[in-house]
Amino acid sequence: MNTPDKQVVRASGVRMSYGEVQVLNGVDLTVAAGEVSCVIGPSGSGKSTFLRCINGLEPVLDGSLRVLDQEVGHTLRGGRYHPWTPKEFAAFRRNIGMVFQRFNLFAHHSALENVACGPVHVLGIPADRARVLAMEHLERVGLADHAHKRPHQLSGGQQQRVAIARALAMNPELMLFDEPTSALDPELVDEVLEVMKGLAAEGMTMVVVTHEIAFAREVGDWLTFFADGVVVERGRPRELLANPGHERTRAFLSSVLHPQERQASQ
Amino acid sequence: MRTEPITDASGRPIPVARTWHWGRWLAAAVALAVAAQLAYLIVANPNLDWGKVAEYVFHERILSGVWVTIEISVLATALGLVLGVLVAIMRLAHNPVLSGLATFYIWFFRGTPVLVQLIFWYNLAFLFPEMVLKIPFTMIGVKWDTNEVMTGFTSAMLGLGLNLAAYFAETVRAGIQAVDNGQTEAAYALGMTPAKRMRVIVLPQALRIIIPPTGNEFISMLKTTSLVYVVAGHDLMTNASQIYKVNNLIMELLIVASLWYMLMTAVATFLQGRLERRFGAEAVRLVRGGGLATRILPKAAA
Repeated sequence: MNTPDKQVVRASGVRMSYGEVQVLNGVDLTVAAGEVSCVIGPSGSGKSTFLRCINGLEPVLDGSLRVLDQEVGHTLRGGRYHPWTPKEFAAFRRNIGMVFQRFNLFAHHSALENVACGPVHVLGIPADRARVLAMEHLERVGLADHAHKRPHQLSGGQQQRVAIARALAMNPELMLFDEPTSALDPELVDEVLEVMKGLAAEGMTMVVVTHEIAFAREVGDWLTFFADGVVVERGRPRELLANPGHERTRAFLSSVLHPQERQASQ
Repeated sequence: MRTEPITDASGRPIPVARTWHWGRWLAAAVALAVAAQLAYLIVANPNLDWGKVAEYVFHERILSGVWVTIEISVLATALGLVLGVLVAIMRLAHNPVLSGLATFYIWFFRGTPVLVQLIFWYNLAFLFPEMVLKIPFTMIGVKWDTNEVMTGFTSAMLGLGLNLAAYFAETVRAGIQAVDNGQTEAAYALGMTPAKRMRVIVLPQALRIIIPPTGNEFISMLKTTSLVYVVAGHDLMTNASQIYKVNNLIMELLIVASLWYMLMTAVATFLQGRLERRFGAEAVRLVRGGGLATRILPKAAA
């Protein structure tokens, strides 16, 4: 499906602002097919905003952001870039799964309906077939027994696993995770990380904004440190965690790492 | 409240004294006295003929008026609800022309008295004696006599329905805006277009907020239809007034009409309670009958 060195995401000089506030100040980052790219950084550093730019939930105001061989938000035609219509945005997002910090499961649907929703309403798959597929995806995240429960009847960890299944049901080429475990009680974090590890092992291309340093070290192919709307440094997780090249990175890591993790990374 | 004896440390039961609610007894006594006095004044009034009230309650024209009132209420509410959702969606659209039109619509119909609108529709023939619907630049089309189309019934339905739509649009807008923005983002992330997101994700959830007030709108509509008597819509109030204009039994017929309005309101209130219980509950299944839920989960939906 993906050639090994195909670039799924290629950002150069990406800028974005909310009114006067500059959020992204020229982000350069590439993600190759099959890679797990973890992004860390202090809150307000723009890492989540960048993730949302990748699937067009936030507009890129300057620079170039190519995702799945398309310039996000624009199509080059007749020597001009034409802004996408809502339909073109929708078609683009079909190939990209997104998992939110606060799950955002459809509150009026059961777990199974949440997973079947995209295939039925976006891909036009017949409902009975979508139901079978949805059940397979729920089994994969270990929630087949909870298929008929509504989001409010599930724990946070279960909700997030349903959200992952919902994204996977669209057969995406790229998965985006926006702090997927930040809203979870500590004892529920591992069940979500386990699902993500399985996904990484299967070769899914993933961009993961996270505070789980241990996950980044173990699963990530690359680790990127964001601060003040730019990429401060990027490297192999073990190397970057053991020998951060910048003072900013060092300060951030020492503030988030627990003592035993710091030992482990040395 | 506890009424059983409380046992002390040695196991001896000590009774609990009864609480006297002096305020409640006093209020009840005053209310009873006033109500009894009023009831006596009305029931024993020599100028009020209760026999006539009984005679007219099931009078043929009163019953047909009740039926027309129900018809106008149901049709006008239905028109108002459908149009209200459309206006609300237009109001929230990014298209500035659509949202401008919706804002104008809401301002116009909330800004003019419904009585004026009813009379306006009924007398539309003064402005346009004929209504013509034809394909531009051709001779193909249809033509109606406005006075034949704009009967008391249709002008009542239009006037009340268009007016309700303006108010209901604001209720729908509030309902739509109350749905968490995360639902919209998740729908977009799945690849839905804005229209599909609205239809499949946002509106079904907004219904929970929108539906309870619709019961209220309908109850209000039942009685607003009495305004229809200015355009002779043959509703309950029109027929009652036509009877008392002949026989001068004004109070008797007003009581007859009120009894029917109260009965209709009681039935509607009962239905509203059921509606609210169904849609207000936390675990309610909002997508029903032919929705995704029943199609993919026939067993769970049953």
